Amino acid sequence: MSAETLVSQLKRGLDAPICLTWELTYACNLQCVHCLSSSGQRDPRELSPAQAKAVIDELRDLQVFYINIGGGEPMIRRDFFDIIGHSIDNSIGVKFSTNGAYIDTDSARRLAAMDYLDIQISLDGTDAATNDAVRGVGSFDTAIAAMENLRRANFGEFKISVVVTRHNVDQLDDFKSLADSYGAQLRITRLRPAGRGADTWHELHPTSDQQIEIYRWLLAHGEKVLTGDSFFHLNALGEPLPGLNLCGAGRVVCLIDPLGDVYACPFVLHDEFRAGSVLEPGGFTKVWRESTLFTSLREPESAGACASCGSYDACQGGCMAAKFFTGLPLDGPDPECVSGHGEELLSARTSSDVASAPKPTSNHSRPVSLTRKPARA
Amino acid sequence: MALTLQSACSLSPQVALRPEPFGALAYHYGNRRLVFLKHPDMVTVVKSLSDHPTIAATFDACGIADERRPSFLAALENLTKSEIIHVG
Repeated sequence: MSAETLVSQLKRGLDAPICLTWELTYACNLQCVHCLSSSGQRDPRELSPAQAKAVIDELRDLQVFYINIGGGEPMIRRDFFDIIGHSIDNSIGVKFSTNGAYIDTDSARRLAAMDYLDIQISLDGTDAATNDAVRGVGSFDTAIAAMENLRRANFGEFKISVVVTRHNVDQLDDFKSLADSYGAQLRITRLRPAGRGADTWHELHPTSDQQIEIYRWLLAHGEKVLTGDSFFHLNALGEPLPGLNLCGAGRVVCLIDPLGDVYACPFVLHDEFRAGSVLEPGGFTKVWRESTLFTSLREPESAGACASCGSYDACQGGCMAAKFFTGLPLDGPDPECVSGHGEELLSARTSSDVASAPKPTSNHSRPVSLTRKPARA
Repeated sequence: MALTLQSACSLSPQVALRPEPFGALAYHYGNRRLVFLKHPDMVTVVKSLSDHPTIAATFDACGIADERRPSFLAALENLTKSEIIHVG
């Protein structure tokens, strides 16, 4: 069977997801300006420890090999170690994303003792100024302290996870050196206009020249740098990057949010892409296999406005979420289309188009206090 | 070392197989590699490798026709590279 028919099989969906992201909580000690899930405050409706374990039991029965755990900051959940322990005991490997604030000496030792566990420390700059501008004051030092603790605990190869922005593209080599110095693996992913990122994307996303730089850098570093296949829209520039060249939303990936709601991918927390809930009769399995949304995402898509472009087979029209939250039609170019078709559409938008672009449905950002007074001596 | 029809192979104990319409997904818990077994017959072969002294004997037992054996052998060779199967 050729690779092409494998991809078309994958587009029709699998019996269970290959890669599932589970945001454990909306609670977070940080308030990153590009947070996909607009995290900050815990949602009182988040899954109970028993409900969370039941989700894992269901994923075990579906033979999901591994899950990506995120948040919010997942280590804030009091049952964090119970959840990852239960998962690993059931042959579901865990990769979790953290800002590192809760990886002290003790928890680093505890994590190092577990098998089938990967840790991704989020870092968006190789210096405090670049990182903290996006992730908040002190977050660079926090991440480095966590990496030091993991190293001292002999955790082994962890991952450093970078969201590529206009301000850190020129640090890619430095990120690689930093990762190498810790015996860590570098992972870089695409900035999406999702969550709070919907408001900051226009200022943060890489310029078109920088996109070419990212593409060349990825080609030069091959499979040694992980990307979560997130840059497939760049394949229109020439030789394809490693990975499956397809949007996996609802086909091979999906997201479970802290409340148990199931979405097509981590970048589309919006009612329009909510397929159901793990708490409904039939659970996650029924949502994955039978929901109207996922069924429709597995039908052949239309190239729409991209049909006449010779690059469509290479880029597949790009990322659904990026189009959705910038208010572009889903059957048209990605806002970061390397041929500039997305930018043309964005600049042709009227102010009412901009105002009517979909907004992320759930917002758990901490309220900004307008009444706070400066501290007095 | 290139794999031959006379090599003995077995599925790594660290690998889990999940049946899918196209064949199966193979996941290696040690190196975290995910590999697609792109034909149901390939899945049968991989599962029965350790029951037979050689790859040729496995192909015989699984009814793999001669003309398909070179491509199956090449696919097995790739699976040794990702450590899904072991020689010996």
